[in-house]
This record gives sequence, C-alpha cells and structure tokens, in this order.
Amino acid sequence: MVEKDIKQKKEEVKPPVASKGAVGWIRANLFNNWFNSILTIITLYALWKTAPPFFRWAVVDSLWFSTGEACRGAEGACWSVIPANIRFIIFGFFPYESQWRPLLAMILLVVLLFYSRDRKHWKKSLAYAWVAGLVIMGLLMKGGLLGLAPVESTQWGGLPLTLLLSVFGLTAAYPLGVVLALGRQSQMPAVKSLCIIYIEMIRGVPLITLLFMSSIVFPLFLPEGVTVNVILRAQVAIIMFTAAYIAEVVRGGLQGMSKGQFEAAESMGLNYYQTMRLVILPQALKIVIPPTVSQLISALKDTSLVVIIALYDLLKTTQSTLSDPTWMAYSSEAYIFVALIYFFCCYFMSSYSRRLEKELDTGL
Amino acid sequence: MPPEQDKISRDASSTTVPFYNDPKKRSILFQIATLLMVGLLAFYLISNTLTNLDKQSIATGLGFLQKESAFEIGESPIPYSAADTYGRALVVGFLNTLIVSFIGIIITIILGTLIGIARLSSNWLISKLAAVYIEVFQDIPVLLQLFFWYAFFYNILPSPRQALNPIMGVFLSNRGLVFTVPEAHSVHKYMAIALVVAGVVIYFLRRWSRQRQARTGQSFPVFRVSLALVIGLPLLTWAVGGAPTAMNVPALKGFNFVGGTNISPEFTALLLGLILYTAAYVAEVVRAGIQSVSKGQTEAAMSLGLKPGLVLNLVILPQALRVIIPPLTSQMLNLTKNSSLAVAIGYPDFVSVAGTTINQTGQAIEGVALMMVVYLTLSLLTSAFMNWYNKKTALVER
Repeated sequence: MVEKDIKQKKEEVKPPVASKGAVGWIRANLFNNWFNSILTIITLYALWKTAPPFFRWAVVDSLWFSTGEACRGAEGACWSVIPANIRFIIFGFFPYESQWRPLLAMILLVVLLFYSRDRKHWKKSLAYAWVAGLVIMGLLMKGGLLGLAPVESTQWGGLPLTLLLSVFGLTAAYPLGVVLALGRQSQMPAVKSLCIIYIEMIRGVPLITLLFMSSIVFPLFLPEGVTVNVILRAQVAIIMFTAAYIAEVVRGGLQGMSKGQFEAAESMGLNYYQTMRLVILPQALKIVIPPTVSQLISALKDTSLVVIIALYDLLKTTQSTLSDPTWMAYSSEAYIFVALIYFFCCYFMSSYSRRLEKELDTGL
Repeated sequence: MPPEQDKISRDASSTTVPFYNDPKKRSILFQIATLLMVGLLAFYLISNTLTNLDKQSIATGLGFLQKESAFEIGESPIPYSAADTYGRALVVGFLNTLIVSFIGIIITIILGTLIGIARLSSNWLISKLAAVYIEVFQDIPVLLQLFFWYAFFYNILPSPRQALNPIMGVFLSNRGLVFTVPEAHSVHKYMAIALVVAGVVIYFLRRWSRQRQARTGQSFPVFRVSLALVIGLPLLTWAVGGAPTAMNVPALKGFNFVGGTNISPEFTALLLGLILYTAAYVAEVVRAGIQSVSKGQTEAAMSLGLKPGLVLNLVILPQALRVIIPPLTSQMLNLTKNSSLAVAIGYPDFVSVAGTTINQTGQAIEGVALMMVVYLTLSLLTSAFMNWYNKKTALVER
C-alpha cells in the first residue's frame, strides 16, 4: 500500500518548467554549457547580420519581370534575368517554335522517373514503358517523322542536353561498371589486369582530359570521312569515366561478400553466371547503394564539365546569356537559379537512395 | 539418377572432357580472345591515327617542347616570357596547379575538420547549419561554383578606387586581393633556413624522447618544445638580423594598386570554389571517422586514468585517423583533379597551358597525353602513399 502511494506520488511530480517545452528544448540544445551558449550567441548574431540583408536583396527589393534597364538602379536582386531568357537557358538553340517538343520529352522523363520511384511498380511492363518512353523522347528531340521537323543534334542544348547526358550516362555506366568490377575480381590474369589498367587509368585523370580526348583526339582515331557527333563523343567519355568509379564501388560490395556465399552457390551446382546473378550481385549491389548513389550524383554534376568543350548544356546556356551586356551584372541571380535546378536533382536522388536503402533492408 | 546426368558425372571423372568444357582450357581460350580483341582494336585505332596524321601533315613527337611558345602566361611562380619554350610554359602551368592544390588542400582540411566537428556538435543550431552547408555545397557542381565566384569577383566587387578594406592593409577589389607584406630583406632567407633547422631538430627530439620513454618511462613535453622551436628559432633569427619592420603597404596609384602582394581574381575564385566544395566532403569524412570510434573507447581510456589530452592523442585519434585518412586522401586527390577546371575561368594551370599549346601546335595527342601522364603520376604517387599508410596502420589481429 505504501509502495503504491509512493509510486503515485512519483508520477504526479512534474518535471520542472525549465526542462520541457520550448524553454527546455532551447536549454538542452542551445545553452547546455558555457561554450555552447557563446557559440549560439555568436551564430545568432552572424545570422542576424547576414540573413535579413540577404532576404531584403533576394525578396523585398528584388525585381522579377522587368527589363534589364529597369534593374540598373534597383537595390535588390534582378531575377528578371531568368524570365527574360528562360527559353534560351532551358532549351538552348533548339528551334524556337518547336521548343514544346523537348519540354514534352522532359515532362515524360520526369513522369517516368516519379512512377519508377515506387518499388511496387517494378514490373516487366515498366521496362517496356521505359523503352517506349525513350523512343518517344528521342523522336521528340530528333524529329523527322510524323510531321515533326527534323532537328540536328548540334542544336540540342540546355536542360534537355544535361538530362540526356546524365540519364544515358548513368544507365549505361552502371552495367559497364558492374562488368568491370567482376573483371577485376576475375581469376583470369589477362582479364583482371586489363580491367585494373582501365579502372586505375581512368580514375587517375580528371574528366576534363577525357573530354578533351573525345573532342580533339578521338576524331584522329577514325578512318577518314567517318565522323561521330560531338554530343555522342562527350557522352561516351562520361560513360567511360563514371563506369570506372562505379566499378570501384561495386568491388567494395563484392569484397564484402563472405566466402561462404560463393561456396554455397557452388555446392548447389550453379555456374559462374548463375552464382553472380542469383547469389552474389543481388547482395553485393544492395550493400553499396549509398556509395553508388553518391557516385551517380557526382556523375550528374560532372556533366556540367561539357561546358569546357563548348557543348551548350544548362550551364553553358546560362553563361552565354550573361555575356549579353544587358544582363552581365546579374550573374549571381542566374547562377543561383541553375544551382537550384542541380540541387533539386541531386537532393531527389540522395533522398531516394535513403528510402531505397530502408526498403531493401532485410535485416541481414 | 537420370541417364543424362549420369553421363556428365562420368565424363567429368574421366580425362576425355572436350576442351570447351574444361574450365582451365576455356579460361585460357577466353583470355586469348579478349587480348586479341583489345589488340586488334588498338591496332585499328593506331593505324587510322597514323594515316590521319600523315595526311594532315601534323608533326609527331615531343619536339615542340623545345620551340618558342609565343604566348604570355598571366601568373607564374618562376620567370617566364613569351620567348621561352613550350616546355617551360608547361612547367609554369604544372607549378601553378601544384600551388593552388597545395594551398587548397591545407585550408580545406582545416575548414572541413571544423565543419565535421560542428556537424557533431551538441549545439542544435551549429549542427544544423553545418548539415545545410554540407548538403548545399555537395549538391552544386563545382564548375558552377567556380563560375559563381569568378563572376562575383568581376561584377559584384568594386573597382580598386572603391576597394573594400576589411582589415588594415588588405584590399579586396575586382582586380583581386591585395595585401601588405614585409619589405624584402636578406634576413627572410635565414628565417626560412631557421625553420628547416627547427624541423630537423624536432625530428631528432621526437626520436630521442620516444626512446627515452621506452627505456625509462619518463615522458617529455615534445609538443610544447616543438611549438617553441618552430616559432622561436625564426623569431630569434629575425631579431639577430636587425629586426627589420619595414612593410610594403599597397597604395592606390591611378587605376590599380602598387606595392603589396596581389592575388589575382582567377586564383582567388578557383581557390575559394575548390575549398568550399571539397570542405563539404571532408566534413562528412571527418564526421564518419569520429563516429566510428565507439564511446566505450573513451570511457576505457579515462578509467585507465589518462588525461583528456592523452585520451584524444593515444586512443581516439589513432583509431579515427585510420578511418579518416584513406577517404581524405582521395578527396585531396579530387581537389587536385578538380583544379583542372581552372581552364574554364582563365587561371593558367597545367591543363589550361597544355590546351593553349595544343591550339598553337596542333599536336593534340601529345598534349592530351601529357595532361593524362601528369595527373596519373600524381594519383599513383598518392595511392602508393595510401597503400604504405594502410599497411602501417592496419589492425594487427591477434
């Protein structure tokens, strides 16, 4: 009885006000010792000094739909640089009246990507949908059929080019990277050393040298009269580059597999391909999802390097907009806009990888 | 047992296996086929290239390195003029790459470590700000960041006449960063020598103190003595050399500054972009390294009676560094490779100079090959160091 009383009383005693609610949270997380208190105060002061002026510049005093001349005297940001040039930034030199086509292609791509997010939709029909979608996208971009005016691929530019380079780059580089990783783990010395040479060579040089290779050296490799489109050449360089990095990531996963898995598969009578396809790769690829995705994010960002070999991707179209004297002074605004596009693409990928990791976690 | 399977098992035990079913022979065959294919492809490409070079009458070989370059380079750590050879121009570019990478690496490690620790801070505000920084700067292409800072320097900053003056003697304008340096004096050379001497003394001091501790158990305050040596020896030299205090203060003359040391906007933008981008990655590496040491290690060390400084030095850091160093090195290598993006904002690094050389001589193959060899050498040296380090610090399991 007495014990019960004490228990009841214990429950009735409430924590002091200072340790719960907003005040408690602030005390526990911002002012829990003298060092943190000073740090918090300094940070708050710095934020107070920088955030409101930035807000005033970016929102309060900013201009959104004015002409370049009207921006001259303005105090705030001149976001007008974006709406005034949006069609060139997004579509580059694509013929003006047909720009609905790349727009439609991009919408189709985004819809497919969003639909594929859910693992419940991963069926054979989705693969067909992707094939059909890619054909339609190619048709929309290239034209020449069904009454669509043909558009040379040299005129492709802006966001569609960036997406094209990244989506094809990633989808082609991934299987190639897996093959290279398997080659590096192979028992055959010739195959193994070829793969090692390839991977280490590519990883040792910056992407930009490969792009130079593709744009100025590669034409010399081909017999006279044969030319390969410059976009395709850059695409191949990006694929080769990304594949080497993915190979190293996948190798990490393969090395993480215990020997028992190989022996178990062998004792069941599976041959090499069956062992890899049914036992090893599903597990190995799963444990390397996080590094793979960060590799893919790097690849997406790296597509911006094609600027250096003068392909008009999203970054290059923005840059050439800024060479117009009217808009020259508003580079920050334009670059912030492009940065936001890249940021959302990358953020989408990394948050998706976290989700996939959680879904695929079988607790093993 | 079905008859077919019976046959297979009998085949396997006998020696009359057809060669395409013998794993050993098949693997040899497969390798020969692979090598043949690669060889044929290489032969095809090389023969095409040779015909093309012949037809377009492009010279081959590295002879162009001896020719006069006839182009100027914006900034150079060694004397260089347009009358010098391509070889010297490339050396200038290489030195510029090394300079920007070296300074970048040092600042990146400091900044990245600070942000990584901030990410783990118990202070909610600091930790969240660090998280936002890491997420934002990792997700924006480094080239875009370089363009941003470069445009920032050229468009946003005022002209030298209205230069910002954040600290005394430092001027920030669209011509770059100008700051005060001590007037050149012969004693500076001796100060540098004193610094080297201090380094050598510290090396032997550490060895001696370790041996003494192993022998007698007595410890020696190596860190404090080293610090005193590093600061004290050069200072002493300076005082003995007459303690020159003359400063070279930059002054506005006409449209630009005269005097002081000038850092070009290209260099500053490149350095800033590389540092801010790579620091976000280094912060993640540092965070992972610190988190990899379990709390029990700290507690165990403290229960042995070690002081907090020794806990960090003898228990936490050796374990955390083993996790941190390999990815950190690859980030440093990334920074070096990304410094090749200097070509996009006009800083004369190796790739940029090699690009100009290719344009002038038309010898694209040699030019691109040189670029690859330079970066490949840097990477191989780094990975050799990594392998050595990994071997040295690998856990010896008992």
